[in-house]
Amino acid sequence: MPVEVILPKVDMDMATGKISRWFVEEGASVRQGDVLFEIETDKAAMEIDAPASGVIRNITGKEGVDIPVGSPVAWIYAEGEPASALPGPSAREGVDQARQQEAAAAPEAAEETGSALPTVRPVASDESSKLRATPLARRIAREMGLDLATLSGSGPHGRVVKADVEAALAGGGAGEGKAAAAAGAAPPRPMSDEAVLKLFAEGSYELVPHDNMRKTIARRLVEAKSTIPHFYLTVDCELDALLALRAELNAAAPVRKTETGEEPAYRISVNDMIIKALALALQAVPEANVSWTEEAMVRHRHADVGVAVSIPGGLITPIVRRAEEKSLSAISNEMKDLAARARNRKLKPEEYQGGTTAVSNLGMFGVKDFAAVINPPHATILAVGAGEPRAVVKDGAVKVATVMSVTLSTDHRAVDGALGAELLAAFKKLVENPLAMLV
Amino acid sequence: MDATVRELSYAQAIQEAMALAMDADERVFLMGEDIGVYGGAFQVTGDLVERFGPERVMDTPISELGGAGVAVGAALTGMRPIFEFQFSDFATLAMEQIVNQAAKMRYMLGGEVSVPVVMRFPAGSGTGAAAQHSQSLEAWLGHVPGLKVIQPATPHDAKGMLLAAVADPDPVMIFEHKLLYKMKGPVPEGHYTVPIGKAEMRREGRDLTIVATSIMVHKALEAAAKLEGEGIDIEVIDLRSIRPMDKDTVIASVKKTSRLLCVYEAVKTLGVGAEVSAMIAESEAFDYLDAPIVRLGGAETPIPYNPELEKASVPQVPDIVAAARDLVRGRR
Repeated sequence: MPVEVILPKVDMDMATGKISRWFVEEGASVRQGDVLFEIETDKAAMEIDAPASGVIRNITGKEGVDIPVGSPVAWIYAEGEPASALPGPSAREGVDQARQQEAAAAPEAAEETGSALPTVRPVASDESSKLRATPLARRIAREMGLDLATLSGSGPHGRVVKADVEAALAGGGAGEGKAAAAAGAAPPRPMSDEAVLKLFAEGSYELVPHDNMRKTIARRLVEAKSTIPHFYLTVDCELDALLALRAELNAAAPVRKTETGEEPAYRISVNDMIIKALALALQAVPEANVSWTEEAMVRHRHADVGVAVSIPGGLITPIVRRAEEKSLSAISNEMKDLAARARNRKLKPEEYQGGTTAVSNLGMFGVKDFAAVINPPHATILAVGAGEPRAVVKDGAVKVATVMSVTLSTDHRAVDGALGAELLAAFKKLVENPLAMLV
Repeated sequence: MDATVRELSYAQAIQEAMALAMDADERVFLMGEDIGVYGGAFQVTGDLVERFGPERVMDTPISELGGAGVAVGAALTGMRPIFEFQFSDFATLAMEQIVNQAAKMRYMLGGEVSVPVVMRFPAGSGTGAAAQHSQSLEAWLGHVPGLKVIQPATPHDAKGMLLAAVADPDPVMIFEHKLLYKMKGPVPEGHYTVPIGKAEMRREGRDLTIVATSIMVHKALEAAAKLEGEGIDIEVIDLRSIRPMDKDTVIASVKKTSRLLCVYEAVKTLGVGAEVSAMIAESEAFDYLDAPIVRLGGAETPIPYNPELEKASVPQVPDIVAAARDLVRGRR
């Protein structure tokens, strides 16, 4: 029985492909693995090998024409296998080939005897016009008024399966126009788990089930990024004065006695000073210390600053409440306690829920600049990069200064561009004139 | 565990069922080759001859046709014989009595008589007993109206279905997989029955329905447990009875999962899986199928003697895992 040569799916999104050229001619003998033809996709050209050895016949896949994935483009016959009839669907579904040959060879004899069972010769058919779809895909398409012919199937031989129909109904897929019309304005859906896993070879991965923290992070971030209109403002802050003050403050820390010996009463980090600076900036620009609700703007009296803490398997954002009222040493010691308990997953919900803004600092990893996703109900989040020596121009001369880039992500519903810029300017001023944080 | 439920082996559960039936009804008696003093080829009757005597635990000559004829005749006269074959393969020797007599009598005599005979068939491969002692011939008998054909997969069901078979007015053929005899499981004390013709859901899942029979139920459950780690959620149905077959349970499951894999040890072609597959294709579940129906059955060969080939000739857990994964991942 002849072996079907199909137009394979060589690219994930491929619904049709063009044969750019055939390397063999009708009637040529081919060996399994010989290059038969070349396909062009959006991204690459690929050579397709013969799936079997034999004689190539019935080349129906024309060069330069869009052909649906999974369509037969030729057949490979065994040497000496008669090619009088095109293989139709009945041949491929396993009708006894020998009997067909017999019938084709001696039709007169069969007619003469009259007693022979009627035999049906396979009729040539245009395979590429046949739609392959599972019964379930057909039923859903029928019920939703979707034309299956507008879809490309992800199953074997281009078979349309339920997932393809659902993707089309959700607004994706080849039949976007008609499908979207049928389904109304359905929100886009991410790829199904199955669709993702299908892209990787068996055994090349392991599956780690999500814990609740991972699920919560995924859910909240999708919600935040798809409902909050973010915009971003970046500013560079010179850190030298702040670093000098920090060194002085730490050097002046009184020593206190603990069970493990003597230790300084505080050790202030750059991040502690950023928390304080952001809190004071929000007090200076109270219109930016807000939360969006549909009915009203929520204007907060205090600056409650969340701080993203990376912990194994995820992150959590404990909150320093009323940070504008607290001293640097108080903020520092509170942060140490919150971070330690966060890593042990010992925080109470009221310690990480709420807040009016947040700080996410990746400076310790050498990240220069990044944009963070706002953590509702906040209207802002400050992404802090590394402090590093950079060339700056002062009074017309190039000098070296320690510079840190920060990017403020802002909920445009609550805080407009100029207001965000004002907040950022207030923050920069505090960082560059840090003594103001002490009064 | 409930005080009245013990761990018994499949063989012990059958023995207990037979003893209970004989205690409860003096018309019940056992027949078979070497089931008396020897205790049966697989020690299922054990020492019952000591409890009930040789008249009720009766050794028969080495003639399956003769033994089956006596059992059918006894049943016609109102007795309740339980006839054990040493190997289900020897059902071929008794086909006349089973197919032409036992199965037809009630129909041909207008319901004037019935044939309440129970026949037990140790079946299946895996014991190194080669081609004439390892077959799974349940589909042969499943093809005959007038018979009931069951394949209990657990000690609990082995006891409950045997007691249901003894109480049944018609001939009931029980296929017991030889590798199950030593398998232990919870078995309640005392008399209870498991209905003939009712499948059992062994595991609920949403991605794929596996319909399995006999020992393949356990292999399917093992495969399902392995695939759970890959996020594939498999439903396993223990068919238990192939005639009559519980269509409703299978149809409802396929409507839920949209995919069907049939797993059975008998030769794949023209087997129980072919029947389940065709039944689904003809049913309302057709419109819910999102993948071709797949069968995993025995190879098209006599069961080989070589142990590796013997294993390779019937579905094993990795075969089920691979087939199920391909089905769910859309590769079939």
